[in-house]
Amino acid sequence: MKSFWSITLATLTKDIRLEWRSKDALNAMLFFSLLVVVIFMFSFDPLAEESRHIVGGLVWVAFLFASVVALNQTWARELRNQVLDGYRVSPAPATALFVAKVLGNFVFVILLEALMTPLFVIFYNLRVLGPAWQLIPMALLGTWALVVNGTFFAAMSIRTRSRELMLPLLLFPVSIPAVLGMVAGTTSILTGENPAHFYIVLLLTYDVVFTTACIGLFDTVLQAE
Amino acid sequence: MKKAFPILAVLTALFLAYAFYQAMFIAPTDFAQGDVYRIIYYHVPSAWTAFLLFFINFIASVQYLASAKPSSQRAVKWIVITVGIVGFIAPFIPQVKQLLPTGMYPSSVATTALILVGLYFLIGKYFPGPALDVLALTAAEVGVVFCTIVLVTGPIWARPVWGIWWAPGDIRLTSTLVLWLIYVSYLVLRRFSDSAQTQKLAAVLAVFGALDVPLVYFSIWFFRTQHPQPVIGGGGSMDPRMLHVLLISWMAFLCFAFLVCWSRFQLEKLRREVEEAEALESLMEPGNPAAQTSKARVPLIRGPQ
Repeated sequence: MKSFWSITLATLTKDIRLEWRSKDALNAMLFFSLLVVVIFMFSFDPLAEESRHIVGGLVWVAFLFASVVALNQTWARELRNQVLDGYRVSPAPATALFVAKVLGNFVFVILLEALMTPLFVIFYNLRVLGPAWQLIPMALLGTWALVVNGTFFAAMSIRTRSRELMLPLLLFPVSIPAVLGMVAGTTSILTGENPAHFYIVLLLTYDVVFTTACIGLFDTVLQAE
Repeated sequence: MKKAFPILAVLTALFLAYAFYQAMFIAPTDFAQGDVYRIIYYHVPSAWTAFLLFFINFIASVQYLASAKPSSQRAVKWIVITVGIVGFIAPFIPQVKQLLPTGMYPSSVATTALILVGLYFLIGKYFPGPALDVLALTAAEVGVVFCTIVLVTGPIWARPVWGIWWAPGDIRLTSTLVLWLIYVSYLVLRRFSDSAQTQKLAAVLAVFGALDVPLVYFSIWFFRTQHPQPVIGGGGSMDPRMLHVLLISWMAFLCFAFLVCWSRFQLEKLRREVEEAEALESLMEPGNPAAQTSKARVPLIRGPQ
């Protein structure tokens, strides 16, 4: 088990260091979601009361589309110089690689959310009416749901002809229950009209089911020939 | 296939015509909805057929993934047997019995569980190796067609009866839509990926899609309880004469689906054989060094049909 975590940690550090030096994905994600915020602001021009009802959807749509940028980068980076083939022939467990990639993407997307949330609050004059602390488990679980499946499907779409195009086509249909949970849950916390517990449980179930499935099947996808 | 296909096609056409006659002229008119309700004889059988085909796709995909290693094949086999036993016994336990919707008998649930498990082993027995993947592809393609019929007839029916084309919170419509989206993405993956890995990747995606279905169902179910909804449907038992026609209609649709699946299955199998033969032939060309060592000609291999 020690080698599993040391491989995970090594890959994770490498990815974070690469990102730290280039800042490609993070900059692209930040600018993209900023554009989404501004465009939505002009298209809806909501009052404070209305925005509480729609902003849950806007936030998660922005994060969903932005995270695709990071997810597409994940494996494309490993194709150069046949790094992925190197992984495939090495005795390192495939799941260690997968877990590292998921953790890396999780860190990037959480960072993005932490930076973007104040902007949403400013632009839409938000004030949370429900229990605000519940937004934290909602964000963590929701992001994990996006990232774990996204990393998995990115590894799949890298094998197809039009790579970058394939990822959203594969990821979004399967993510619909998670997106529904995040959006409806965030809205009910913001408006304070309904309890959000069910949505947190739904996201937790989604995360457990798909993390298990991803870890179980990743080896098949990586070695598929 | 050559002989049986036209005969079966004519029989299916006759059966469909009979079902149409039953649906339009024999079935009683609905008290509340009038004649509009007769679309049910197309809407519901298509939905059941589509769900069955998607389920076959799931089973074939699991079998295909499991067949890669004998150890995983054994493991999956025991999981399926356990699911079958639990599914057979559980409906009779009083606590579980209460959870079943009214009108659903424990014995029917138990029988369904047995049939589904039986389907797993039958498919594994009659579709060895690569044929499993062809079956999964065929079932998904035909399933998407039937699912499209459901999604088209649904709004046509909803408009005069509910007054709206689409009820975003209606659990059946919305979860069918999501199911349709998932399987379209499955077909897109198969179209966009033409290497040898496609089959495994597609099988993995099919498993993900199947895992998603219960989550979709529960998420929409809860979403619905929090949002005001138009009063829709609301159970109630069906006139036995209507149910009779509905079942006849479903049988006709099943025959039709089987026919389409069968021809599509043979077509896909032939296509792969031709592809393989062409690949082998190009290996045997005079310019190729491999051809110098072996003089064997490669015939287009056709197994017994």
